[in-house]
Amino acid sequence: MPVVHVCTVVPISLTVGANRIDPAVAIPHPLGNPQLSKDEEFALRLRIVNKALEALTTDITEQTVF
Amino acid sequence: MGKIRVVHYLNQFFGQIGGEEKADIAPFVKEGPVGPGTALSQQLDENMEIVGTVICGDTYFNENIETATEQVISLISSFKPDFLIAGPAFNAGRYGMACGAVCAAVQERLKIPAITGMYEENPGADMFKKSVYIVKTGNSAAQMRKALPAIARLANRLAKGEELKSPAEEGYLARGIRKNVFHEQRGSARAVDMLIKKLKGEPFTTEYPMPVFDRVTPRPAIKDLKKAKIALVTSGGIVPKGNPDRIESSSASKFGRYDISGINDLDENTFETAHGGYDPVYANADADRVLPVDALRYLEKQGVIGKLHDIYYATVGNGTSVANAKKYAHAIGEELRQENIDGIILTST
Repeated sequence: MPVVHVCTVVPISLTVGANRIDPAVAIPHPLGNPQLSKDEEFALRLRIVNKALEALTTDITEQTVF
Repeated sequence: MGKIRVVHYLNQFFGQIGGEEKADIAPFVKEGPVGPGTALSQQLDENMEIVGTVICGDTYFNENIETATEQVISLISSFKPDFLIAGPAFNAGRYGMACGAVCAAVQERLKIPAITGMYEENPGADMFKKSVYIVKTGNSAAQMRKALPAIARLANRLAKGEELKSPAEEGYLARGIRKNVFHEQRGSARAVDMLIKKLKGEPFTTEYPMPVFDRVTPRPAIKDLKKAKIALVTSGGIVPKGNPDRIESSSASKFGRYDISGINDLDENTFETAHGGYDPVYANADADRVLPVDALRYLEKQGVIGKLHDIYYATVGNGTSVANAKKYAHAIGEELRQENIDGIILTST
């Protein structure tokens, strides 16, 4: 089964060998942004999760940052 | 001849600015040595002087790698340095990345020697050991007293322009550079000696270590997302309020599995983070910011995914050894395979 790594510091993810990488917002809140309104923040999170799903449904042959 | 001007790079913690709450501080300078720099300066040769310290928050550096590197380089160069020492970073991942990146950039741009120190499992070590001398240290700041003399020793030798011996003799991480030397015994004899030792089960040292690349072949993509069962796993320490399994805030000795069936939204009354090393305020206020249960429930209702798996898995990534992380990954992977999960979203802080 495929795994997607949602994380902020992409170089670390590449170093440790994740194959599917979905860049996130910030270290203490990878899938959120407390500066935004609740609705805007949810929309942001949905975008990141949708990208994660895109990564899981895309065939790859090498490490890929989506 | 004047003294050799040394600049020291530190993070917010060792720079004595503060803990995680100051981790997003932009780089700035202090005159002379700070924190571990004071002890370090006593171990450096008399003609070497720490003229200034550049301090930068670990989060700030890692979230703005390019700009932060530019800013740090410009602050370092303002001291007109002859030498740079960064850290040591021990096993702190973000600090290690920053120390490595700063040393590499200083060598390349300012054309002066730069060294740092870290634990060999630090991700910064893997990333920069080929281009930077990284003195091998223990995995926590408790090892500071051992680390500083080792760093100072290498700095003194490099500053004098002395030729370095092998990584094992000098105490730095192997950079993967091969050097031709004359050996009193020819290769075939050494190879046979090694083989005999191996057959007897005795220890021997290879002359050509194989690189350890922890890589796996990418798995095939999910074919039909609408029917897919998706599982959530996190190293961000999201646990039910009260941390029932008492997962440690650093160097976690375990992972937890938690039921989220029927839960549509994580909130401050029900979930929190057990993770040390990053500011927990945002995750504690709304754990969906680390473990996106609300978004996946929404997509489940919309029929975009088949199902969000009832159980999610969590551990704390902070300072957790690679060996343990691998062990947890195998255990979690095996459980998820038995549940016929089609895809995993792994989130990290």
